[in-house]
Amino acid sequence: MITRRRVVAGSTGALLLASVAGTRAFAAAEAAAEPLIALPGKQALIRRTFRPPNYETPLAQLRPQITANDTFFVRYHLASIPEADARTWRLRIGGASAQRTLELSLDELKRDFERVRVVAVNQCSGNRRGLFTPRAAGVQWSYGAMGNALWGGVRLRDVLERVGVKGDAVEVVFDGADQAPLPGTPDFVKSLPVDRALDEHTLIAFEMNGEPLPHWHGAPARLVVAGWTATYWVKHLTSISVQPKAFEGFWMKSAYRIPTGVFPGARFASQENAATTPITEILINSLITSHVDGDRLQRGRPADLTGWAWDGGSGVGAVDLSTDEGRSWRSITLGVAPSPYSWRGFRAVLDTSKSGPLHVAVRATGRNGATQPEKLTANPAGYHHNIIQTLTLEVA
Amino acid sequence: MSARWRCGPALVALFIGSLATAAGEESVKLQDAPGRDLVVARCAVCHSVDYVQMNAPVLDRAGWEKSVRKMIDQFGAPISEADAKSILDYLATNY
Repeated sequence: MITRRRVVAGSTGALLLASVAGTRAFAAAEAAAEPLIALPGKQALIRRTFRPPNYETPLAQLRPQITANDTFFVRYHLASIPEADARTWRLRIGGASAQRTLELSLDELKRDFERVRVVAVNQCSGNRRGLFTPRAAGVQWSYGAMGNALWGGVRLRDVLERVGVKGDAVEVVFDGADQAPLPGTPDFVKSLPVDRALDEHTLIAFEMNGEPLPHWHGAPARLVVAGWTATYWVKHLTSISVQPKAFEGFWMKSAYRIPTGVFPGARFASQENAATTPITEILINSLITSHVDGDRLQRGRPADLTGWAWDGGSGVGAVDLSTDEGRSWRSITLGVAPSPYSWRGFRAVLDTSKSGPLHVAVRATGRNGATQPEKLTANPAGYHHNIIQTLTLEVA
Repeated sequence: MSARWRCGPALVALFIGSLATAAGEESVKLQDAPGRDLVVARCAVCHSVDYVQMNAPVLDRAGWEKSVRKMIDQFGAPISEADAKSILDYLATNY
């Protein structure tokens, strides 16, 4: 049995490097050195924890519109992560609110359903937790617990249709192969409201950026819940269960919850109580990737400020720039987004004609009218950090 | 939902003796002070102890206590009350 509980990281030695990219940008998150370490099959990323593996993408690797598989962030709750065998892997679908049960091999999943693809941001609920004031306990992420990828697979809806969803269905429950070392630790099991499970942008994905889903990203198949935070994107998927009631597990009832009625975003009615409710959609947000706080600009030489804006799927409608500490804003150029769930580029040419500090602030607005707030909304778990980013650059 | 591995205290003890650590994890060194070996023995069953360093700027004694209780009460860590107190004292004193 112990041999089944695989060592988290493989046999290749960890690569220890001094943190180079974005050091100042991450300084607020953790003053100590941030070692870049490569998991097997990955490039060196910012190690937050070795086991379970939590690795963050450095700012420089967030500059491409599609985040490469080998630089994409890695997040796990439980440290026993089996290496999947695609030949013997089976996905079981059933539950009390399903009319029948079904077991699918990877080949059957690929062959028997229509193939679909979506570019979507995969963002940890706790991305930027390390930037919270007051501080919030948990993995002290900076900006890089997110990425944007092309996910390929089949619609969950089509698979659920095959088993028949009964009229009394309330939630769909998802489990993956990763487990805790101790039997008493709650298994990482998540649920979705049945309407979100049946949404055409909720996929069972087996490809990431055109490649078979890599191990650290949930091989051989994972859930993709475009527009919702990554906690729902269950990796190493093994079972899907349609249920007539709210799922009671720790990772729904105790974890990944925000104060009720405080944040915008889809409601998850079956899991909501008067005090707390599950985090759901990604909120409107943006990230400057061209510069970090304190960067020097050469006087008289125009500088391009670039980055990404995204939300939970309404699509980014506008990005505004302020260079006077938020007194005035002007809309700046937007790039093309391959899908409303993808991040969308922005670009502005900075006026560097005057020496001295240059305060830049970027604010994104979604097509649904939601805009980035100025102030953080404190919440115990440190979720939904989406305040307007401000940098002070130095023109000299 | 997954098939779970059930084991008694004896097997848990055996398991502690054969930790499945991650490559590079041995580079994490906690402060050398009374209680360190106990912290490593109990906490590293499930996770690398860089979790301790990472949360040091965030947690005070009350925060550490909440964290230790969570591990015992919600995550099923088999830790005696005496050990829990020693672990808390170490964490609150050194981090």
